[in-house]
Amino acid sequence: MPEKVNLEFKKPRSLRNVSTHYCPGCGHGIVHRLVTEIVDELEIREKTVAIAPVGCSVIAYDYWDFDVSEAAHGRALAVATAMKRCRPNLVVFTYQGDGDLASIGIAETLYAANRGENLTCIFINNACYGMTGGQMAPTTLIGQKTTTTPWGRDPAKGDGFPLKVSELIANLPGVCYVERVSVSNPQNVIKTKKAIKQAFLNQLEDKGFSLVEILSQCPVIWRMTPQEAVKWVESEMIKTFPLGRIK
Amino acid sequence: MLYKGLTKIIILDSRFPYKKYMSANKKVLITGNEAMAEAALQAGCRFFAGYPITPQNELIAYMAKRMPKAGGVFIQAESEIAAVNMVFGASAAGFRAITTSSSPGISLKQEGISYMAGAQLPCVIINVMRAGPGLGNITPSQGDYFQATKGGGHGDYNLIVLAPSTVAEAFELTMLAFDLADKYRNPVMILTDAFLGQMAEPIEIKRQRPKNKNFKKDWALTGAKNRKPNVISSLFIKEGVLEEHNKKLQEKYKSVRKKEIRYKSLNLKEADIVFVSYGIVSRIAQEAANILKREGMNIGLFSPVTLWPFPYKQLKQLTADKKAVFVFELSSGQMVQDVEFALDRTLPVYFYGRMGGEVFSEKDIVKFVKKKLTYAGKS
Repeated sequence: MPEKVNLEFKKPRSLRNVSTHYCPGCGHGIVHRLVTEIVDELEIREKTVAIAPVGCSVIAYDYWDFDVSEAAHGRALAVATAMKRCRPNLVVFTYQGDGDLASIGIAETLYAANRGENLTCIFINNACYGMTGGQMAPTTLIGQKTTTTPWGRDPAKGDGFPLKVSELIANLPGVCYVERVSVSNPQNVIKTKKAIKQAFLNQLEDKGFSLVEILSQCPVIWRMTPQEAVKWVESEMIKTFPLGRIK
Repeated sequence: MLYKGLTKIIILDSRFPYKKYMSANKKVLITGNEAMAEAALQAGCRFFAGYPITPQNELIAYMAKRMPKAGGVFIQAESEIAAVNMVFGASAAGFRAITTSSSPGISLKQEGISYMAGAQLPCVIINVMRAGPGLGNITPSQGDYFQATKGGGHGDYNLIVLAPSTVAEAFELTMLAFDLADKYRNPVMILTDAFLGQMAEPIEIKRQRPKNKNFKKDWALTGAKNRKPNVISSLFIKEGVLEEHNKKLQEKYKSVRKKEIRYKSLNLKEADIVFVSYGIVSRIAQEAANILKREGMNIGLFSPVTLWPFPYKQLKQLTADKKAVFVFELSSGQMVQDVEFALDRTLPVYFYGRMGGEVFSEKDIVKFVKKKLTYAGKS
């Protein structure tokens, strides 16, 4: 007998029935949904605590129907570390953007990973600071124009190179799982869901630190249509940030 | 006679394996740093995150040893900032949590302190002050009074600030700090200095279970089982909502000001002149007062225990019929501004302080007082 497939489309229990503040074509909505679908599927809503970052998803608690704490900019993994150590039975995940996780919070990220904290980290990489209006992020591509790199990011001018956090932390022994995915087309969305689920399962099995980096389109800041934005992810972003399992 | 006590009875929780460390019903010699760590454990604190900095290293070492045995979590954080944000997480999880440091480290912690005040998370922060500004040096100072009592971090908030003057008081006030933090859902700071942190004093141990207050934390993040999801946040975006939140905080601070002011006084009835000082300095001032008493002068002593809320009214009432007030601090003169504010130019206020980790002796105080009074007598 073939496995019965549930084709009914409905909102996940863990996702509140409200409209979000995200821009048209933004990737956050997709990832919010994937995370909540997984929380439902794993039946962990009643023991899940999320740490929301400072950035576009700062009010994620308005959309998620489980316990959520804020964290100061970049400090989500410090907050999550304490939360999980105090209450090991909780499932604790952070949801952070590139500025939060890879710039101001890089120390917290590296050290939570290096301690092998049994946490799940959802890392949204949109190659810019979205909420503050599109400044250069650690993940901004070379040549990419932002409000603080008006002529394009230029390492020769001291702008530095795109920071590959996933590759960086994959070297640490405390890290059990790192995968880079995108939400640029339905096939990639399915892969993303699988990766996020793996990162949660790892925590449930006490395996240590898991990070899923999700390349996410940011059409408004990139000055593109949503269609152009997903194309740009696939044609440009993945050149610097290749998809696939890193660890 | 609060100024007296070198020894005091410390109540030990019988649930702890303290025998290894202290023996009951006798005096033990313990440093201020260790006493505060032990007090935190006995107050039910089960989370510590910190970063090495002199002169508070004995505290973090004590915690590293004892916290796991008490079933709690000890983390040596990668930075002061991470440490304070870990305390944010532990507190959000409903745990009694503490972080400790010394002046430069406390500057770094201001981010987390402001966030916890905003999100109404209880926690205890210990500042074993050293001399500044900048890296300064590792010797005792009271130069962080402004930072502790007037803000430090951003936004309209207040910390409850407690200042012990003996090791025994450091123990008691640390225990009190956790109750106040939970009661008001606000960070509480123990403001002490390198002297008290490093100095060992005999304290008396009595085996008895302390009265730990249990505060209901239905706001804590424990998983949304059989209840609506809880959110810990200091973010209020919608128009007018943040002001309402601020008003709520101010109401809370008002109630703290009303109920929680603590101070010590000695010989105020008979005195013509009052010495005002806090922490370790109040003991030097007391010695100076003793010397001057032998020379026929009558000195009263006043020492705020809560630096915030400051005992403005109490100080004014108790000094109403006096001739002058002297303020001594190991700073350029920070608390003296609160004393002047309290007295509102009704009395002459003389200030004597030293900075940079230098300390005055009781003889220095005597000299200063005599000089000022002679000058005042002539004019």
